[in-house]
Amino acid sequence: MMKTAEMLDIFNKHRGDAVVIPGRGGRFWVELSDQPDRDLPLGDPAMGGHASFALGLALALPDQRVVLFDSEGDVLMGMGALPTIAEKAPANLYHFMLDNGVYATTGGQPVPNAEQMEYDVVAQGCGYPATYAIDNLEDFASQIEEILGQPGPVFVALKIDPEIINEPINARPQWQRKTRNQAVADMQAELGVERPA
Amino acid sequence: MAELSPATVLAELKKNGATHVVWLPDSETNFLYVLMSEEPSLDLVPVSREGHAFSTAAGLAAGGKKPVILIQNTGMMESGDSLRGWGLGMNVPVVMMVGYRGWTRHGIINDTAAFYTERFLHAFNINYYLVESDEDADRISIAFAEAEREKRPVAVLVGDEYHGFNVSR
Repeated sequence: MMKTAEMLDIFNKHRGDAVVIPGRGGRFWVELSDQPDRDLPLGDPAMGGHASFALGLALALPDQRVVLFDSEGDVLMGMGALPTIAEKAPANLYHFMLDNGVYATTGGQPVPNAEQMEYDVVAQGCGYPATYAIDNLEDFASQIEEILGQPGPVFVALKIDPEIINEPINARPQWQRKTRNQAVADMQAELGVERPA
Repeated sequence: MAELSPATVLAELKKNGATHVVWLPDSETNFLYVLMSEEPSLDLVPVSREGHAFSTAAGLAAGGKKPVILIQNTGMMESGDSLRGWGLGMNVPVVMMVGYRGWTRHGIINDTAAFYTERFLHAFNINYYLVESDEDADRISIAFAEAEREKRPVAVLVGDEYHGFNVSR
């Protein structure tokens, strides 16, 4: 098991200039990132959609490395995105998945079949050419360079500690430093993205 | 009334600069798929659940592309939360072409998919245009312009099932 913040701290040393979608790791990532204009800390626009969003972004920006920190709850809800990612095979997409076994933001109820799921096997079966399952910081630190050094799409299942939130949504600390649309606009400005006419 | 030609729809997509078609097959648009797959200017992104179409389109739009969503009304209704959070919540300027399964034109509707389609769009405050024939095709361009201007999804209801949009011709 890993602490999300510690894992992200190691990743940050290898980030390069990747566009990062921190997903449910967002509250930790905003404290670590030194390239906020290349971050898309979207929070949770609608559960189950992060992987598809990252796919769209990776297809749109083939010259940019796109890194997603998905969650197992999102993957379970949107598992049908995995074959689409595998079929489109964006070489610039790195799909990390935080697996704490629970719905941490609703009080820590277990996800379905939490103890038995092998998400890297699921991703492999969906057609990802490279998959990993990592459950400790030492292995993560030793493998991150290899993971990011190969063409995507790569799927990496990460066992992390549940860091459970159980306050009412309106009582939780607001970790997002800008709106979703501002984050997108800042990234577009940073990368010089223009929409076609 | 002339039928709605898939070639006409494809021409509208090209005219409006669509770059990606995020789609899931539906009974109204099969022949359009054949044409799209042969069109080099369009990248097809097949999804397995319509809700993914909205998040995929959000990512494409964030990266500067101009996606169009091609789904059926049944799947649109299944996608409510994704439409809310990814489509509307992120101000994605996208045209969603929605096969209007069950549409009959004469007001007698026996398919609940059709019965709830416009009610669903009203609930989400999504503006829409009905396209039944080639004569209506310019409404697709109107939808593209509105989506760009308003920075939100706009629907085109493809109401041609009653005389067979997917028949090869």
